[in-house]
Amino acid sequence: MPHHIISRTTYLIIYVILLVLMVLTVATAYMELGAWHLIVAMLIAVVKAVLILLYFMHLRYSGRALILYAFLGFAFLMVLLVLTISDYLTRGWIGAF
Amino acid sequence: VADFPSPVTHQYHDAEQRQQSNLLGMWTFLATEVLFFGGLFAVYMVYRTIYPEGFAEASRHLDVLLGTINTVILLTSSLTVALAIHAAQTDRRTALVGFLIATIVLALIFLGLKAYEYYHEYEVGLIPGLNFTYTGPLAREVQLFFTIYFVMTGLHAIHMILGVGVIAVIAVRAWRRHFSPENYDAVEMTGLYWHFVDIVWVFLFPLLYLIERV
Repeated sequence: MPHHIISRTTYLIIYVILLVLMVLTVATAYMELGAWHLIVAMLIAVVKAVLILLYFMHLRYSGRALILYAFLGFAFLMVLLVLTISDYLTRGWIGAF
Repeated sequence: VADFPSPVTHQYHDAEQRQQSNLLGMWTFLATEVLFFGGLFAVYMVYRTIYPEGFAEASRHLDVLLGTINTVILLTSSLTVALAIHAAQTDRRTALVGFLIATIVLALIFLGLKAYEYYHEYEVGLIPGLNFTYTGPLAREVQLFFTIYFVMTGLHAIHMILGVGVIAVIAVRAWRRHFSPENYDAVEMTGLYWHFVDIVWVFLFPLLYLIERV
């Protein structure tokens, strides 16, 4: 089968990057970041997730249809999260009914 | 089951199409899993927005060191799964079985540490409904955090236990020469599942353990 075989070196590099990002996310928890804690932590987590998706889960070397398909679950998750938080964050903006 | 690489059954044109079909099915399943965990992430998001102080306080009662060790273990297990796929693609049976067993061992260490954490939380009275003795102005918010913590990490742990079972079956099949570079779909799909479980933890770790430690 014409599969792209990802080399072991690539896997090891991704693994080391993931570990570095993990150290970074632990370190930022001890910094004075205030409201930025959540944003920084989620940014790092998203980068880690994308690296795992692209290399460990081979999406980088998959067909576009499959990439779109894999993205769908996350797209629906964003609909769920964004619409829900929009409700909670905007309650009371236009007075009580 | 025959102990040779399974031939392409008649509903497929060729092995390539068979793998594409399997991949589409697997990613469909993973999409349902994303939304399964997603509902819990939505719950977390809403209550952390409403009770930020309580969540930050509760988070400080979790052991960052154990959480970090478990994160390293899980990331390493993702690496061993990736290397197992590579071994399957390059037809190295012993390496394939070895990496699968290494993954199982890492998963069991993770679960052992998680069990130790749960036991510690039981002892200090942080398990809502079972033994919750935390008092203070934020007690009810802390209780809410720990309810979410146990549901989310518990569901994640159940996924890992199931994964260990599946990987064990795959390891036995690999040992019996059921896979070849032409047909290792079952190994590939199991790997996708395992990486998904890893991604869930990548988000759980900062959200539960690292809210604010200053």
